[in-house]
Amino acid sequence: MKLPIYLDYSATTPVDPRVAALMMKYLTMDGEFGNPASRSHRFGWQAEEAVDVAREQVAELINADPREIVFTSGATESNNLAIKGAAHFYGKKGKHIITAKTEHKAVLDTCRQLEREGYEVTYLEPGTDGIVTPQQLKEALREDTIVVSLMHVNNEIGVIQDIAAFGELCRANKVVLHVDAAQSAGKVDIDVQTMKVDLISFSAHKVYGPKGIGALYVSRKPRIRLEAQMHGGGHERGMRSGTLATHQIVAMGEAFRIAKEEMAEENKRFLKLRTRLLDGVSGMEEVYVNGSMDSRIAGNINISFNYVEGESLVMALKDLAVSSGSACTSASLEPSYVLRAIGRDDELAHSSIRFSIGRFTTEEEIDYAIKIICENIGKLRDMSPLWDMYKEGIDINSIEWSHH
Amino acid sequence: MAYSEKVIDHYENPRNVGSFDKDDKSVATGMVGAPACGDVMKLQLKIDANGVIEDAKFKTYGCGSAIASSSLVTEWVKGKTLDEAAAITNTEITAELALPPVKIHCSILAEDAIKAAIEDYKSKNA
Repeated sequence: MKLPIYLDYSATTPVDPRVAALMMKYLTMDGEFGNPASRSHRFGWQAEEAVDVAREQVAELINADPREIVFTSGATESNNLAIKGAAHFYGKKGKHIITAKTEHKAVLDTCRQLEREGYEVTYLEPGTDGIVTPQQLKEALREDTIVVSLMHVNNEIGVIQDIAAFGELCRANKVVLHVDAAQSAGKVDIDVQTMKVDLISFSAHKVYGPKGIGALYVSRKPRIRLEAQMHGGGHERGMRSGTLATHQIVAMGEAFRIAKEEMAEENKRFLKLRTRLLDGVSGMEEVYVNGSMDSRIAGNINISFNYVEGESLVMALKDLAVSSGSACTSASLEPSYVLRAIGRDDELAHSSIRFSIGRFTTEEEIDYAIKIICENIGKLRDMSPLWDMYKEGIDINSIEWSHH
Repeated sequence: MAYSEKVIDHYENPRNVGSFDKDDKSVATGMVGAPACGDVMKLQLKIDANGVIEDAKFKTYGCGSAIASSSLVTEWVKGKTLDEAAAITNTEITAELALPPVKIHCSILAEDAIKAAIEDYKSKNA
């Protein structure tokens, strides 16, 4: 077993060796290195064919038409293109956008930009389980609402939203529905026909493909129009100019093909490993799961260990590559905005850890992770004055702390 | 974040973790910080009849730098008089542990903990 153990598959995944092998064939002189837009020779035609196959593979995972797939540089670009593109195109109809507080920064920051441009944004607040209800969306919809952007699976807490219900509401109200599916593709079934979604963002590197490539699904029926954000040679039916990155697109296609084939089996395995992990640490006191356990992807578990500070926890778990809800490790000292939005107090938000399980996680790794988590939580709690107080039955909220 | 070797050493092998009886008249207790800010330090000093710190213990809820700062302080104060201990500054702690700018508040907290403990002792024995 190699240390540190990678349990951060929601951040990114390693490229599947099958994907890497295929990708290599589209780079060098003896491979298919041509520009798919070159119409006058074989090099171009072969590259175009490879892109067509990949487009078909991406479309197949979500039951879409290949002509509805626009390749981008990743989910961040897809989110920008979808939300700004639709808001700008339909801006004459209205200026109101709806999203949620727990969305990814690529959506929230895009909405902030639109606010600066004069749009009005409503930020829905999910329940303590992290779920936005269709009722909430229904109440927020207005005459001038033009775009709704809600994520399928949350990146931090892994909860799954009821996209089909949002789709019904938006379609009935003739509002464009955009879904960020960066964390759900290959993990949860997506069917654009039954879900009635207009725009969906995808990323390859969360699905064992390479970084730097993603896609946006743009519905043809009903036909959704977008204002391009990248201008140039008119690639991707004018929605996203720029020479197609053949090797990356081929890799994304292969990654999505594998995902479709192996998703069901993988989810069963992930669920077993996750249950093992959760059972292994639940013997300790004051352990809280963040987000719904009922509507959650199999590979994610987000746990708060009360009375242990987040950054020291990450230090203690240095043999585990995990993400902390305490942003102390990054530039800001703010705890996770997602956990705050679902009503977790600062202490619990600070002491949260996201474990994400993936294709190469083994049972042995999970067992080792359980061991170091339990040992180190014990050690840190023995060192924690707050743990002493808890043990003495003192409510730490009753104390007047000197905030500094 | 890259920690200095000294921080990692104190974090992995913290010195003097523990507690004294806070009701003991010879024990000075200082608790500073706040859970919401991400760090709480409890520093306790055992003071002999001559006003010299004979032992020190700490418990800290906080990041690696906060744990290291309090651990270091328990080593430094031993054998010092209260006045000498009160003269320890956060800049000395920062320099010793090579704390990065975003972690200076940890050293300030450790300095505050010493002062709070001495306050406690003085009010107890007034």
